[in-house]
Amino acid sequence: MKAGSNLEKVLTSGHFAVTGELGPPRGASVEAVEKKAGYLKGMVDSINVTDNQTSVVRMSSVAVCKLLVDMGLEPNLQMVCRDRNRIAMQSDLLGAYALGIRNVLCLSGDHNKFGDHPQSKNVFDVDSVQLISIVKKLRDEGKMLSGQECEGVPRFFIGAAANPFGDPFEFRVTRLAKKIDAGVDFIQTQCIYNMEKFRKYMHIAHEEGLTEKCYIMAGITPLKSVGMARYMAKFVPGLDVPDYYIERLKGVEKRKQAEEGIKIAVEQIQEIREMPGVAGIHLMAIEWEHKVPEIMEAAGLLPRPKVD
Amino acid sequence: MVVAERKPIEEILAMVADFKKVLLVGCKGCVTVCCAGGTKEVGILASALRIARKKAGNPLEVVEHTLERQCDPEYVDQLAPMIKENGFDAVLSMACSVGPQFIAKKYPIQVFPMLNTTFIGGALEHGVWAEFCQSCGNCIIHNFGGLCPIARCSKSLMNGPCGGSANKQCEVSPEIDCIWHLIYDRMVELGKVEKLRTVFPIKDWSTSRDGGPRKIVREDLKL
Repeated sequence: MKAGSNLEKVLTSGHFAVTGELGPPRGASVEAVEKKAGYLKGMVDSINVTDNQTSVVRMSSVAVCKLLVDMGLEPNLQMVCRDRNRIAMQSDLLGAYALGIRNVLCLSGDHNKFGDHPQSKNVFDVDSVQLISIVKKLRDEGKMLSGQECEGVPRFFIGAAANPFGDPFEFRVTRLAKKIDAGVDFIQTQCIYNMEKFRKYMHIAHEEGLTEKCYIMAGITPLKSVGMARYMAKFVPGLDVPDYYIERLKGVEKRKQAEEGIKIAVEQIQEIREMPGVAGIHLMAIEWEHKVPEIMEAAGLLPRPKVD
Repeated sequence: MVVAERKPIEEILAMVADFKKVLLVGCKGCVTVCCAGGTKEVGILASALRIARKKAGNPLEVVEHTLERQCDPEYVDQLAPMIKENGFDAVLSMACSVGPQFIAKKYPIQVFPMLNTTFIGGALEHGVWAEFCQSCGNCIIHNFGGLCPIARCSKSLMNGPCGGSANKQCEVSPEIDCIWHLIYDRMVELGKVEKLRTVFPIKDWSTSRDGGPRKIVREDLKL
């Protein structure tokens, strides 16, 4: 065991793992965190806590992770390179570990231009691949980037993201390989809708032996409506929503679109389970956490395994 | 070159609102090349200021002058007789922001920047300039097919494109090329794409502005 987190235990014991996601509130409400977390309790193996996603100011991801630890849930701390330099990152990593956080997901971060403070100065001192190497150095060498030995070594299970649908497609598996070289243990992908392209990506990754070197979890975001599907297709760079899903949602009456969206997600999960090299799913029910139990039940992924 | 653009006329008029007589100084360096602060632009701005103030019933006298460069003291020194004898309320510099600072250091008179110094770049076509360098102080572009991910990737990524790269465009704007897509294409063209497979190490920013304001001392050139 590298970190001994529940996610690591589930993955290493060969179970099909499921992670969830919780977006912190735009405010200081503990109740808001507890409410969302309540829907995920017992449903997933670990909960990603986003780090000011879409560059909108939200409660600190470290703080929310700690609230989850206190609730007996396992958090996965998302950390982006946009807002912190290497000093703040290492400091937050040490603090996060001290608070009982055992998983960390290293990300570049959405550009601040998209958020609610587009006038802000961004950092990008290191990139996401380099951040992986920092977390690994802390864990495996017990040393900071400066060479300073840690008084108490933070042992994280190290994650990163991958987007099989970003361009250039030919470079996407290479980027995955770089993240593995840098020290990643698990990968969570961008939301998958184009199953054909994902299959192709996984095939190349599998052929290159990369699926033996890290756990790849496929990103699933259920579509709530045809409007959401259209928005994702049109306005989210690097997302690929094929027309047939849009047509399918359009084909059902409005009040039944959410149900249809869940049906699509469940079908995707079933298809993904059969793909060689996929170790689990990352279920991002964006502002739809209360639907997670229903999706998990329908996908036959309950109860979650208990691994000691 | 340093690429700059002139501030909006409203902002400039507000700066000079209390003045009766100003010296408008252009520069024959970079800002002449990028058509922001050379002799021609000095003439245009001087006319615009005179017309606006005349229209407002509060005339402004604008004396025009363009120096060889404003980033060398020997040229800035040439302003001494003009400033001494003409009773200017202020000097308006049309150089990059180095110019007004050199003038301010030399003369006990208020100095105002007429330009926004924008970036180190080049012309893509007539009338279009783009950023190419962030002056990080330790050039690494040979690792990326001669293209700079520090200045030209919105996130200064050193290990490949982020998830927002789509159709060769940056997620920040369709007007911005995804430099990582261009780097990839270029490395394929050069037959060196396998070099991008290696993790590029964490950059030392101490040579950049992060190490504090920088200075170059060339002992071999000092007099």
